[in-house]
Amino acid sequence: MSEKKAPGAAARLLNAAWLRPFLLLVMIIVGWDLAIRIFSIPAYQIPAPGDVVKVLVTDWRELLAQSWPTTYATLLGFLASAVFGIPVAMLIAGSRTVESYVYPLLVFSQSIPKVAIAPLFVVWFGFGIVPKIIAAFLLGFFPVVVSAVQGFKSVDPDMVDLARAMKGSRFKVFCAVNLPHALPAIFSGLKVSVTLAVVGAVVGEFVGSNSGIGYVLQRSIGTFDLPTMFAALVILALLGVILFWLVDRIERFAIPWHVSQRADVFVAS
Amino acid sequence: MTATMKATNHMSVDQPSAHLRVVSEQSQNTTSGINLSGVSKTYGTGDGKVQSLRPLDFHINDGEFFVVVGPSGCGKSTLLKMISGLLPPTTGEIHVDGNKVTEPHGDVGIVFQNALLLPWRNILNNVLMPIDMKNLSRETYTPRARELLKMVGLEGFEKKLPWQLSGGMQQRASICRALVHDPKIMMMDEPFGALDAMTREKMNVELSRIQRRTGKTILLITHSIPEAVFLADKVLVMTERPGGIAAIYDVPLGRERTLDVMSNPVFTDLVARIRKHFMTNSTLD
Ligand SMILES: Nc1ncnc2c1ncn2[C@@H]1O[C@H](COP(=O)(O)OP(=O)(O)OP(=O)(O)O)[C@@H](O)[C@H]1O
Ligand SMILES: [Mg+2]
Repeated sequence: MSEKKAPGAAARLLNAAWLRPFLLLVMIIVGWDLAIRIFSIPAYQIPAPGDVVKVLVTDWRELLAQSWPTTYATLLGFLASAVFGIPVAMLIAGSRTVESYVYPLLVFSQSIPKVAIAPLFVVWFGFGIVPKIIAAFLLGFFPVVVSAVQGFKSVDPDMVDLARAMKGSRFKVFCAVNLPHALPAIFSGLKVSVTLAVVGAVVGEFVGSNSGIGYVLQRSIGTFDLPTMFAALVILALLGVILFWLVDRIERFAIPWHVSQRADVFVAS
Repeated sequence: MTATMKATNHMSVDQPSAHLRVVSEQSQNTTSGINLSGVSKTYGTGDGKVQSLRPLDFHINDGEFFVVVGPSGCGKSTLLKMISGLLPPTTGEIHVDGNKVTEPHGDVGIVFQNALLLPWRNILNNVLMPIDMKNLSRETYTPRARELLKMVGLEGFEKKLPWQLSGGMQQRASICRALVHDPKIMMMDEPFGALDAMTREKMNVELSRIQRRTGKTILLITHSIPEAVFLADKVLVMTERPGGIAAIYDVPLGRERTLDVMSNPVFTDLVARIRKHFMTNSTLD
């Protein structure tokens, strides 16, 4: 900045933080296009970016309609993993007995491939939205639990002692000290969880569904319609980014005091 | 008690001074004040056992300024946590006003070695934390909290978050937090460790004044021998780890103290005498 005498509007735009990932994206797309031309990769292996964009433009109604079921399942699965994951983490962090029973089992269950058991949910719950939600929940649950346990356990015991010495009830001490202290860790778990929930929902759609982006993906693989397949992937990526961004916004709102958010506090004050 | 007697005998032979006296084993009124009988602490179990406190017997009278000095790691913080009911003693019993301590007893304000402010609460709300925990009315106590902050020189910082304050300022806020609900007993674990020498002396005078005015019982832990003698009605000197009682001294300097007291021969003699305890053990913290 210091070298430029009067940074023009264009230069300032180029320096805007939100624009940088888009610039990188453009570069990647250009590289992709060039690579296809230079190495003359056939279209049935990797489609040209232009073809993908063409599909996105012409079929946007269909793709948008198919995005809703996926978004819906992702969000519900994600919410379920937060709603169940945080209390489970509370129990695990609060009691060594619970921890010794539950935690190893949880880790064990995590190494079961969800894709392998997803068909089971279809058998149990049919071709509706429920198997997708369950798959999204199963993928999103673990990161929430692990980070929240970490958060609850890293509370300074002296801080808890101090609150206890003020004769606060256990619940009050928890709400005033433990929970806010764990929030930053919980949020980092939620961010991982929300992107994995997208994957989970797609897995659910893969194994048995007749709607959603996962279904589009599978259908296009079946017909070797690579441009549509890549368009579906782009939409999934966008979905992940938007949901991640949403959680990030909520985090900023919920824990403005945290180290990771402090730059903003300075700007505000 | 044998350790105590030995140490005191040794000292009195070493440096006889008429105006310094070791507290006699007077009969104590056990229904008021803080009473410890045979209190010891051993951390851990099985092979990993670490004795950090030998059995201690002493009594803190109501309204007394009681200061504990001792080398690092001798169990001073452990002692404070046991008296405040946060940590069960391995042996012995602690009584506060005749009631056995088994859990935290609300009417106490604690200042720990580090400030321990909640990073998500502003300074004023941190000071008001005991009020929230005890379900008291914020309206009643907010003026008092502001007054306390003003007293320790933190006026204008009420709305700041803890990380925007220096370590010493945070510690001063934590002292306000311990005082806000006007507890009968104050327990302070090296409260001024993070302060510079000038502020520290100012805080000492202020604390001394508060104690004289309000008649609170204060148990204060410190590394600084002059600070101990300046503040205390009684000074308990601890031995090295595992901590025991080396001696308990009365401080015959009167109730009202200014910094001039520090040049009083009674003061300097007592400081020198307490220092001797650590010199003979070849460690001075
Ligand atoms: N939670 C714990 N578990 C095991 N051992 C402990 C624990 N807390 C303290 N100790 C041991 O007990 C001894 C006394 O510790 P304590 O913190 O009471 O010392 P201190 O006198 O306050 O020291 P300092 O002046 O450095 O603060 C130390 O040797 C320490 O190793
Ligand atoms: Mg200590």
